[in-house]
Order: sequence, then structure tokens, then C-alpha cells
Amino acid sequence: MEAGVEGTLLKAEVRDLDFFYGAFHALKRVSMPIYDHKVTALIGPSGCGKSTLLRCFNRMHDLYPGNRYAGGGIVLHPDDTNLLAPGVDPIEVRMRISMVFQKPNPFPKSIYENVAYSLRVRGMTNKSELDDRVESALKGAALWGEVSNRLKELGANLSGGQQQRLCIARALASDPEIILFDEPTSALDPIATASIEELITELKEKVTILIVTHNMQQAARISDFTGYMYLGEMVEFGVTDQVFIKPQKKATEDYITGRFG
Amino acid sequence: MTASASHPSQPLPLGSGISDRLSKKASRHVKERIIEGLLFSAAAFSVFVTIAIVYVLVKESWVFFETVPLSDFLFDTQWTPLFDDAHYGIMVLLSGTLTSSAVALLVAIPLGTIIAIYLSEFAGFKVREIAKPFLELLGGVPTIVYGYFALTFLTPILQTIYPDLPGFNLLSAGLVMGIMIIPYVASLSEDAMRAVPMSLREGSYAMGATRLQTALWVVTPAATSGIASAYILGISRAVGETMILAVAAGMQPNLTFNPTEPGATITSYIVQVALGDLPHGSIGYQTIFAAGLTLLLMTLFFNLLGYWLRKRFREVY
Repeated sequence: MEAGVEGTLLKAEVRDLDFFYGAFHALKRVSMPIYDHKVTALIGPSGCGKSTLLRCFNRMHDLYPGNRYAGGGIVLHPDDTNLLAPGVDPIEVRMRISMVFQKPNPFPKSIYENVAYSLRVRGMTNKSELDDRVESALKGAALWGEVSNRLKELGANLSGGQQQRLCIARALASDPEIILFDEPTSALDPIATASIEELITELKEKVTILIVTHNMQQAARISDFTGYMYLGEMVEFGVTDQVFIKPQKKATEDYITGRFG
Repeated sequence: MTASASHPSQPLPLGSGISDRLSKKASRHVKERIIEGLLFSAAAFSVFVTIAIVYVLVKESWVFFETVPLSDFLFDTQWTPLFDDAHYGIMVLLSGTLTSSAVALLVAIPLGTIIAIYLSEFAGFKVREIAKPFLELLGGVPTIVYGYFALTFLTPILQTIYPDLPGFNLLSAGLVMGIMIIPYVASLSEDAMRAVPMSLREGSYAMGATRLQTALWVVTPAATSGIASAYILGISRAVGETMILAVAAGMQPNLTFNPTEPGATITSYIVQVALGDLPHGSIGYQTIFAAGLTLLLMTLFFNLLGYWLRKRFREVY
């Protein structure tokens, strides 16, 4: 598991995490490392718990009753703090670990206000500071050139791929340490998908990335590390090339070669 | 496709050539037509009734305006159709309607919106399941009960704070009317907020927003069109409300925008005349049609405004 990780720092670690939706045991003693400034992909068939694991990182499960973190945790470095500990404020977690969703979900606001939102919730009101941060976030999401002269238009007027890049800009604006991507291209056409993939590869210069994807080629193309999950368990985790070329487990090989899933 | 196109085309079988299994069935056809006819007449009935009401109002108002010039009706500052020196200034009644409605909306819109935000974004499942039926019950209380509540309960309380308040006043009636309207505003606004997709809320929370920020900055703007319709319905209820005003506001025509005075509204005036002993066909009696037409035009205006707002702010998620 540690092979090929020289020179990389740990950003976070999932340790023996158990999670329940009501009575359903969705994550079973899951462990995995998240390396700093790397792209880590989670793959596996539908219902395997990969999105559930992703949503633990920003405490999204706290929004719904009946969800339960039932042991183990996610340690965030350099704080060495378990994100799931009862004393941790989910809002503080989400300030540092941002998220991009499956379907682009721009707010019913202007392009500018969509990006400024993640700064306004932190109480930023200074106009010139907001302008600067919005511009650099839109540049970071490779959207600035297309929208710089239409910042006042509604975010919903953009195309699907642009909307998703707007959502990435929104997630970037607050300078998060980790960005979670939950199947970010599954609602997009191939061209928009390619631009998002390129963007993700560029973004790892700035942030650590954890991405859930249904698309194995995508995982192979953009990730540095890959975890294969099945029925709530982490079957295999390793350097992406090794997982795809020489998987250690038969189950992983079956899934990757398309014999299953 | 290209292969079949090159074949010589054969004539399509028509008429007698249709097989039994594919031919139209007469019994099914007739049944469909009967059902369609029933549904159409139900829909046509409501349209007919609406047109009939408008027809009667316009026809009777026409009689009224043959005697009273429109300019008097609009600009006269007295409303004394029952006196020998009759004046027909609708402004007098309109001021009562507007004043009492304004008081009611000052209560209903803020409270209704806050309740909607609480129920939709903050309350747990159980609280909402209990609170919502109670809230809707508030809208089911007969308005005559609200009227007596205003007259015999609220007015005396207001008089301890403000001793000069007359026994009949627009303030007390307006406040109670506001309470009556709260459920309409709250319930419809809540429905609109709950219809905002969860993905928008998740997007907001994922950016580190608090519940209040999510409710005020994302959910409420996304539900604007529904909330606007709720407000418009509230306004229409306030403008059309009769009993509370008839009981608690005094039915004295009074050109004032001061809620601490008694006053008559368009609706309470209509009740007064309709129940009084004015002979049918007299000009005094005709006033109620002119007043009714004014009311209809007002509510029509608000409905159109609501329709426009719904279209203008409709969100495409």
C-alpha cells in the first residue's frame, strides 16, 4: 500500500470507519490514506459506499436524521483531529473541505454571487477583496475567459459544463484544503467532461482532491491513487497504475476488466 | 431503409383491408366521448359562473353609473348613499379596505414568512407534522369568530395600552385579520420552500453556510415565485374579508388611513346594504354593485400581479 508514495505527505486518513444509514451498515471498517496535493479516486459498483465515504469528509450526513458515524474516524492533518468527533463543528469542517456535486447545482443568483457565496458565508463583505477572490476562483476553474463580461447573468444561463466549472469556482473561492468531487462529470457530455478532467489535474497543484467516479477510464486518467470499494468495504487501495495494471485482489481485477459491475 | 425504398411501393390497405384486431371499437369510442363531455361541462360550468357574475356586476353597475357620474364615484370624499344629500365617493370605503388590509398584511407577511422558514428549514419532521395541521386549523376558524375575538378580546386589551381607542376600530380588526391570513401565507410559502431541491441546500451547506444563511440566501430566493403567490393570496384574502370588519370595525364610512379610527370597507358596506331594507332597484341599492365591481377589479389586479410574478421569478432548477 505504501509503494510509490515517497515524497508525498498525508493530508487525511480514514481509520476503521463504520457508518450506518438507520439500520443499514453502509461503511464497514473502511481505512484509506489521502495524500496531499494528489488526486485520489474511489471506484466501485453502485451502492458500494463510495459516495457515502466521500460525504463523510465534509459531514454532509449530518444534514439528515438517522445517519450515524459508528466508530473509527477521519483524521485530518496537520491538525491530527478526527473530523467526525462529536466536538467538531461541521461548518468548520466544510469551510476547509469543499465539495462539487454530481449534477451542477448553481444557486439562483448571478455568476458573481455564486462564486462570492462561499466567501460571504464567511462574513467577507469588502467589495474589492470579493472581486479579487471571485476573479481568481473563476480563473482557477478555467471559466474567467468565458464569463468575465457577463458576471451579472444568472448562473443557470450557462451550459452544463460551464455550470459545473462555476460550481468548482465556488468550491475554490474559499481556498479549501480538500475538494470532494462526487461523480462531477456524469451529467456532462464528453467535451465538457474532458475540460473538467483537465481542470482537476491542474487543481491538484493547489488542493488535495478526492473524487468518486463511475467511469474507470476517468479514474485511470486523472487519479494518482485509487480505492476500489465493494459492499461498504475497501477492497483494495493503491497507486492508480498498479491498481489498474496489476491489481492485488481478484475482485478488483474482475471489476476493472468489466467482468463484473 | 434504403433496401425497402428501392422496392416498388404497394398501395396501402384502406377501409375494408383493416383487420378486426386493429379496427376502432365503437363502444370504447362512445365511452371516451361521454367522459370527455362530462369533464368539459364541469370545466365550462366554472367559466360560465364567472362570466355570469361579471355580467351581473357590470350590468347593475351600468344602471348605477347612469345616475352617478364616474368622476363623483372616484373623487368624491364622502360616501353617504343613504342620506338625502347623497354622495358616492368610493375612496371612503377604499381607504377602510386599504387601511385594514395594510394592518393585516403587516402582521401576516412577516409572521407567515418566518413561520414558513422555520417549518421548512429548521423544524424537525415531528414538529412539522404536528405544527402544520394546527396552523391550517387557524385558517379554518369561521371569520365571525375572529370578528368577535377582535371586538370583545383584542380591542379591550388595546384600549388598556391606548385608552382613546374607540370600541370599533380598523386596528383591532386588521390585526385579527392578519392572524387569520397567517396560515395561508405560511403554508403556501412553506410549500414553495420545500419544493426547492435538496441539491441547492446541499450546495450551500457544503460551502460552509449555516442553516440561517442557507434559508435566507439560497432557499428563500429560489422560492421567490411561490412566496410571491402566497403574499398575493394573502392580499386577496385581506381585501375580500368581510365579517371581521363588519363586526369589529364599525361600518361607519370614514375617509381615513388612521387604523385607530372606525371605518367601513367595501365588503362591510355591501353586507350592511344587502341586509338592510333598501328597496331593490333604488340607487342606494345599486351602489353595492358598483362597490362589488370595484372589489372584483382589485382582486383581479392582484391575481394578474401574482400571475406575472410567478412567471417573472419562476425558477428552473
